[in-house]
Amino acid sequence: MSSGVALRTFAVVFVAALLQVVIVSSLIVAGGAPDLLLVVVVALALLRGSVPGALLGFTGGLVVDVVTLGTMGVSSLILTLAGFWAGRYAETTGRDRRLAPLIAVGTITVLAAAFGYFLYYLLDENVVASHALIGALAPAFVLNLALALPVYALVRRIVGESHRVEPSPEVEVLV
Amino acid sequence: MPRQRSPRSAALGLTVRRIPTTIPSRSGGPLRRRLVIGLLVLASLVLISLSVRSDGSGPLGGVQSAGATVLEPFGVGLERVAQPFRDVYGWADSLLTARSEAEELRAEVQELRQRAIQSEFALQESIYLRELLDYIDGPRFPADFDPVAAEVTYRPSGAFTQAIVIAAGSDDGVRADDPVVNADGLVGVVTRVTASSARVQLLTDEEAAASAIDLRTGATGIVRHARGTRETLVLDRVRKQDVVRRGNEIVTAGWRAGALSSLYPKGIPIGRVTSVGQTDTDLFQQVQIDPYVDFGSLDAVLVLVPSERP
Repeated sequence: MSSGVALRTFAVVFVAALLQVVIVSSLIVAGGAPDLLLVVVVALALLRGSVPGALLGFTGGLVVDVVTLGTMGVSSLILTLAGFWAGRYAETTGRDRRLAPLIAVGTITVLAAAFGYFLYYLLDENVVASHALIGALAPAFVLNLALALPVYALVRRIVGESHRVEPSPEVEVLV
Repeated sequence: MPRQRSPRSAALGLTVRRIPTTIPSRSGGPLRRRLVIGLLVLASLVLISLSVRSDGSGPLGGVQSAGATVLEPFGVGLERVAQPFRDVYGWADSLLTARSEAEELRAEVQELRQRAIQSEFALQESIYLRELLDYIDGPRFPADFDPVAAEVTYRPSGAFTQAIVIAAGSDDGVRADDPVVNADGLVGVVTRVTASSARVQLLTDEEAAASAIDLRTGATGIVRHARGTRETLVLDRVRKQDVVRRGNEIVTAGWRAGALSSLYPKGIPIGRVTSVGQTDTDLFQQVQIDPYVDFGSLDAVLVLVPSERP
């Protein structure tokens, strides 16, 4: 990744993190809010791969934890794993799938909520399972899916795709 | 013979080229990948561990505080840019609920008109009584507190925390455990403070609680968040023999027992009782409250800073 692309990529994550905590998290629809940062991290991971995905997730989470004065590392851990998983998905089974952003965002939204609940439970924070895993998750799932394709397209336009041109082996046709 | 052609294909003269595909890079080898994810997870766990242990103080708290201070201008700038969009969203959202609220408001206006007339009569009497009560009760509110107005800068996302971050911190005299209100009533309490910002735990957080009293009947209890809801509150620990009626106003109790006292000064409005119920098996009544504060659209709040800190 060139330095220009890297700078643009981190800028996208930084802006997404601030947008998330300044405005997006207060856009409550039917009891849940979209997670723009998660969608952006997943989109970037799909485009750039697992290691950049994990690094970008960690950075985005760190920004959120710093500005919201929350427990440091919680968002980082969730988004690191989200970025890594999305990147691995893109590198393996999700390759060339048109619906990969939708599948990845949908799956990771559910997994991130479950893992987040588990993490907060370990930290002895009172979180109601029915609200975190159903009441807030259901609308967030739908909203994140609605954001997935437009955000993926926008992010791809801004940072481009990680190009790795496969050698073009010839396929022999036996007559 | 071209490098990629086999003798057989060359002999047949038939080749089909695969279309070059673009895929995300494999991000280095498996070892590098595992190393990076392992280090990042480890870093996150170390951060969590340090953060939980230090509870906002110590070197990590200092780093977080410095980071929050550096990033604050970005947040404030973005907040101002985003405000019109938030207003549009709020307007659209309010349209959806306006119809049902209009009916309630009409009835409330009628009631308030009658009350206003009664209040005029009660005013003269209350002036005298208030002077007496102030003299007898001791705790003086709001004279004991100075308000610090603060803009809401961040709203932590997700269903796990109910909190806001405000643009006022220790430089403005704000300390942890200071109560936070707005024009409608009680918002929450300050839980963490940096030089220029503070985190406020909203009353709708699972861990928030405030001792409260029914203004009309004097029944006391503890206001908590109703589990499984977003913004409904409950008045917990209300004894069965106490009287609480639908529509009654709930305010902070502001108790004081020796050196101990409630975090909240007394008389801050919290909400109105929407339902009261009890079962034979429960020890206490089940009282639901509709909060006056709209926790979803907080733009600015007041931190009540004690005039004289101990």
